[in-house]
Amino acid sequence: MTTVDNAIALRPARQIRWLERPKRTTGVWSWFTTVDHKKIAIMYGTTALLFFLAGGIEALLIRLQLARPDGTVLTANQYNQLFTMHGTTMVFLLGMPLAAAFGNYLIPLMIGARDVAFPRLNMLGYWVFVFGGLFIYSSFFLGGAPNGGWFGYTPLTSTPLAQGFLPGRGPDFWAVGLIMLGIGSVATALNFIVTILNMRAPGMTLMRMPVFVWMMLVVAFLTVFAMPPVTAALIEVYMSRNFGANFFNPAAGGDPLLYQHLFWIFGHPEVYILILPGMGIVSEILPVFSRKPLFGYAVVVFSGIAIGFLGWGVWVHHMFATGLGPVAVSAFSLSTMLIAVPTGVKIFNWLGTIWGGAIRLKTPMLFALGFIAQFTIGGLSGVMHSIVPSDWQQTDTYFVVAHFHYVLFGGLVFAIFGGLHYWHPKVFGKMLNEAMGKTCFWLMVIGFNLTFFPMHFLGFQGQPRRTYTYAKGFGWETLNLLATVGAFIIALAVLTYLVNVIYTMRRGPIASADPWDARSLEWMTSNPPPEYNFAEIPIVTHRDEFWHRKYTEDDEGRLVRLPAGAAIDVEDPATQHGGDGDGGGDGAHGGGHGIHMPSPSIFPMFVGLGLPVIGYGFVFKNWWILGVGVALLLFAVTGWAYEPPTEEAVGA
Amino acid sequence: MTDLTDKSLVAAGAALEHVDTHAGHETNLGVTNAKLGFWMFLSSEALFFGAFISTYFLYRGRDSYFLKGPTPKELYNIPFTSVTSFILLMSSLTMVLALYAIQHGDHRRFRIWIMATALFGLTFIGGQVFEFTEFYRQGLHLQTNLFGTTFFTLTGLHGAHVTVGIIWLLSLYSRSVQGKLGTEQAEAVEIAGLYWHFVDIVWIFIFTAIYLVPAH
Repeated sequence: MTTVDNAIALRPARQIRWLERPKRTTGVWSWFTTVDHKKIAIMYGTTALLFFLAGGIEALLIRLQLARPDGTVLTANQYNQLFTMHGTTMVFLLGMPLAAAFGNYLIPLMIGARDVAFPRLNMLGYWVFVFGGLFIYSSFFLGGAPNGGWFGYTPLTSTPLAQGFLPGRGPDFWAVGLIMLGIGSVATALNFIVTILNMRAPGMTLMRMPVFVWMMLVVAFLTVFAMPPVTAALIEVYMSRNFGANFFNPAAGGDPLLYQHLFWIFGHPEVYILILPGMGIVSEILPVFSRKPLFGYAVVVFSGIAIGFLGWGVWVHHMFATGLGPVAVSAFSLSTMLIAVPTGVKIFNWLGTIWGGAIRLKTPMLFALGFIAQFTIGGLSGVMHSIVPSDWQQTDTYFVVAHFHYVLFGGLVFAIFGGLHYWHPKVFGKMLNEAMGKTCFWLMVIGFNLTFFPMHFLGFQGQPRRTYTYAKGFGWETLNLLATVGAFIIALAVLTYLVNVIYTMRRGPIASADPWDARSLEWMTSNPPPEYNFAEIPIVTHRDEFWHRKYTEDDEGRLVRLPAGAAIDVEDPATQHGGDGDGGGDGAHGGGHGIHMPSPSIFPMFVGLGLPVIGYGFVFKNWWILGVGVALLLFAVTGWAYEPPTEEAVGA
Repeated sequence: MTDLTDKSLVAAGAALEHVDTHAGHETNLGVTNAKLGFWMFLSSEALFFGAFISTYFLYRGRDSYFLKGPTPKELYNIPFTSVTSFILLMSSLTMVLALYAIQHGDHRRFRIWIMATALFGLTFIGGQVFEFTEFYRQGLHLQTNLFGTTFFTLTGLHGAHVTVGIIWLLSLYSRSVQGKLGTEQAEAVEIAGLYWHFVDIVWIFIFTAIYLVPAH
């Protein structure tokens, strides 16, 4: 690898003078410098769940305000800040990073790789997410949070501050913060694409990959292509608000609708960026708990890809009420109906998977089934929006709120909780308590439907969304109160999950190597897996490889368990195949066949730290802060560029 | 059916892996991770510029209804901009020569060409700074009208990209001088080259959109 055929070839092991390379892979400090995809995933997951709690508290305050007519819990301005931050948090600080958490943990394990393609870039994605999220949240203490909605329509958000309709620096925090988060998302997405396309184990062909990996691949492509338009739109908003640019200024000929186009050409693929990982998780859970292969694997994969393509052609259905004219509206009405087809196909595939299976109603399975039912309701109310006259009635009412919460809460969040329960033994080596898991599920089902089902009716009765209060006498009182009660039941469900995690961390039973009788590669290594994942990279011969190593069929097509010795790599991979893996995995030494793991690095954190400093510079238009941030960024990028991904032993 | 394609894919992948000389280790597609990742990044960048070019086209010519500020026709100095554009395009040629040199172990030539590329880039940026100040002096500000807004944003963002590229090229030069950039690091140069060519190609589109398509 380091053949020195040249006088000025790389001199190995040159020490970095101004910063010692971090070496430790244990202890508190190692979490700041780790490049291990599994540790990064745990950090992603924990941080995203903390933001989930923040977003949830915002939702509870909103519900308290709306519980009764003429509510006085919040002022109008506080309400605007809370619903803006609730939406922004749940989309950018819960949905996307939690998908990154699952993807980070599972993609390398599921395709039989030792890590992702760019471990330091992976770490950067995480730090950008943390600091970007904290940056946006810091606005609460620096003159008011964003208050123009998570969509931030112009000219409301773009009118210069001096004559602005929106008080405070909130919209600036929002625009700059989302640009930052976009950088992190694209970095993570690039990483996933390269990992999935380039780092599969021998025999792990594309059509043998678990559906979750396929869905993450589609999501990664969507992210890479969807973030740039919204970044452009946000730059235009920032420049309009702070430097008097005319992009959306009608007095100079600017068109506020341009913003809506740029935003929704991101915003609709974003919907699929959020939901496809959930579909992937459910597609992993259902076969395991039905003891059947996924029904119509290829069709599920291709309908996922079809959703990825069609997702680009439906954005105008968010803008039906803007008066674009009959031709544009009809075309997008048709495309919106069309995208329901591959989504519907998937639902039938999931039903086909359960059909005739030996179903075990464990907590993950319950959440997956809840996903199917509630996502279908959300999908059906979504198709209603493709009918333009109907959409005009529903636009900006609580019907829309009900619809997208059925998709994103009833769908995505249920899938996430299913995944959290399903992979918990993999990640932490402990079993979650089943009784508490089921309590969490039923509380969530009841709370969720109690909160959001009444909103369908409220919408039809004309209650407008984004409005901080309503007067008595519209007949909205009972349903709003019910919704508020439901919201607190959801909070109880989330609390049950947290208690379950903390309780079982201390007293839960140790998980066996394969607690669910699972099907995919991630269960072929120990719980939790060693740093290098697999002592020996598995050679894949089947879809559902692990299952085929455990079971075969007899002459009459019945499942027969193979003798234990045939299933390799299950119990303790580190001790088996000792000849190939030295089991060290610390990556610090380069023995002939040693497993080389990437070395920890401090620079991703510094790059991530530089971005919010630059952000504050832009928000407060303070060029000194900006300069400090740029200097920090340059320092970190230079350090990053000069250190090799894996530290070589001296004289290797 | 899938089995057949699977096998041929594996075979194709294996064949590609043998051809690839830069790969430190084997990859499924035969393209190195760094290169594949960077192509994906460039596709993202293409959409970023696409959004701003679309904005420019949407607003092109609208100012004639508002009659505020100088018109593009009064401001443009097309011969001057053509010369700096030509210099930027020629820097792609020197970039190719630099990559060729380092791939063949000619580090002296590599340094000459990489420095030439950076200097051509700097010339272009110099031209842009001159043009911006000239336009500003003649009364076109970001706030003046839609043309000012879209022109300064689009060309400014492109200029920022070229500037990042110049810093990148200069850092490659300094690494080469320090003896840290050997032939086996040629891929680092190749990727910097991909970025540089991309920025050049984007300029072809921007130059055409802004200076060559007549505003009505």
